[in-house]
Amino acid sequence: MADTRVSLSGWTLDNPVIPASGTFGYGLEFAELYDIDCLGTFSFKGTTLEPRFGNPTPRIAECPAGMLNSVGLQNPGVESVIAETLPALKKVFHKKVIANVSGFSVDEYAAVCARLDREEQVGLLEVNVSCPNVRHGGMSFGTTPEAAAEVTRAVKAVTRKPVYIKLSPNVTDIVAVAVACEKAGADGLSLINTLLGMRIDLRRRRPVIANTMGGLSGRAIFPVALRMVYQVYEAVDLPVMGMGGVASAEDVLEMMLAGATAVQIGAANLTDPYVCRDVVRDLPAVMEKYGVTNLTDMIGGAHHGQRRHHSL
Amino acid sequence: MKQIVAVVEKNRLLARDTYEMTLSGDFCAVTTPGQFVDVKLDGYFLRRPISVCDCRDGRLVLIYKVVGSGTETMSRMNTGEKLDLLTGLGNGFDTAPSGNEPLLIGGGAGVPPLYWLARRLTEEGKNPRVILGFRTSDDVFYEKEFRALAVPVTVATENGSYGVKGFVTDAMTAVSYSYYYACGPMPMFRAVHDTARTEGQMSFEERMGCGFGACMGCSCRTLTGSKRLCKDGPVLLSKEVLWQTQE
Repeated sequence: MADTRVSLSGWTLDNPVIPASGTFGYGLEFAELYDIDCLGTFSFKGTTLEPRFGNPTPRIAECPAGMLNSVGLQNPGVESVIAETLPALKKVFHKKVIANVSGFSVDEYAAVCARLDREEQVGLLEVNVSCPNVRHGGMSFGTTPEAAAEVTRAVKAVTRKPVYIKLSPNVTDIVAVAVACEKAGADGLSLINTLLGMRIDLRRRRPVIANTMGGLSGRAIFPVALRMVYQVYEAVDLPVMGMGGVASAEDVLEMMLAGATAVQIGAANLTDPYVCRDVVRDLPAVMEKYGVTNLTDMIGGAHHGQRRHHSL
Repeated sequence: MKQIVAVVEKNRLLARDTYEMTLSGDFCAVTTPGQFVDVKLDGYFLRRPISVCDCRDGRLVLIYKVVGSGTETMSRMNTGEKLDLLTGLGNGFDTAPSGNEPLLIGGGAGVPPLYWLARRLTEEGKNPRVILGFRTSDDVFYEKEFRALAVPVTVATENGSYGVKGFVTDAMTAVSYSYYYACGPMPMFRAVHDTARTEGQMSFEERMGCGFGACMGCSCRTLTGSKRLCKDGPVLLSKEVLWQTQE
């Protein structure tokens, strides 16, 4: 009997499959399609202190084996999420959820996290220092080790929930940022966010995306994500949520072998709305195929004991 | 929303760069004119949203314009090939406020959803009138099909190569109507809004990520707040559109 359970900072999930922030809303649209209690959990839409409309449209572009988005953190604001969205979610999802938090200043990150710290539905905070689609915020906190550490410390000071920092791949050395977050007290890391990219419309001779650039996600980025999870796993002593181009149970195993404790699925939800349900369903058979009894045995399995600082 | 696999029955050139695809399958989720389907095409990541032109007797008709390599791939599909669709997406047109003589205004690739709407209004005992606008005579399609519904049709072309010369708004001034429904490009919407003597509904187009309200890729500001065109639209009331924020 395959055991698909994994544990994130003391929180045991039935399985490691987690729809990624920004591709699953607050769960309500998908709850109309299938019983979302089958998921390990999910990470809700990036939430800021104030409501945000986000960027002008077009916000979406097709790419080879992937897509660009420049939504720009559209969300109803943390108070509305707490007052309206979470109560609605409670009716259709009976597990704790990951709260994805974004901000435009260190104080804003801390304020949103402090507010969500009081919500029992929130299992952990995933702090997004890697949104590539907003100026003066988002990714700018994730591109230097110092700024990422500053956000980590500020958030850790206001919550007792586990804090996972979501890292940007748009850096020279993601390991340096990961190590800085660990030293600043992060309980875990999520990676990767989207890769900054663009497309140009040949007829209009203009960028397809109104905001010029957007974040690349989908199958195209899986090898990059896997490589970064592998590198970060070797350098830090924290659990990692791996994501980027994951779309199958086989991808989940591969990401775990690279070092992920849990695995998020993002862009695939948009083109195949049932993908996460299907990956959960397929996981035991794929585990059996590769001779896996306990999924936790897979974490970091491709490193053959090479993790430098790890103390399991 | 329902994900299905449909079978191509027919895929034919209708006008310049414009194709009509007839599909068979389980279209029980497709209930309202103005809804759309999201088409998965081999070799492409994102689905392609395409409005429903007609749906009856287990058959779905899509009319689409080839604008890029995705729709070009679609135009080369043959009878018997299978197509993965998300069906029953979007809110569709509300026929309740139409009155007895609604005017349907279509521009180019915006014409298709008005066909099913005209049929629905006729079945409700109303007397719709249709104005179809195209660039030139080479682009005109579905005039005959609308006439087969016993609906009065005016065709306008920009260069006058077919029907009356001018824009749909030129033809609008010549007729009386109780309400209007429009689908077409943004400049047409703006002109229709400025010209119309009644309220109306408009079906908008936007690049979409998911098509079912999850990704916030197609958001639109309105007087009644932010709306997802895929889920809260694509049909909006003309009076709720914030025209100054539209390109």
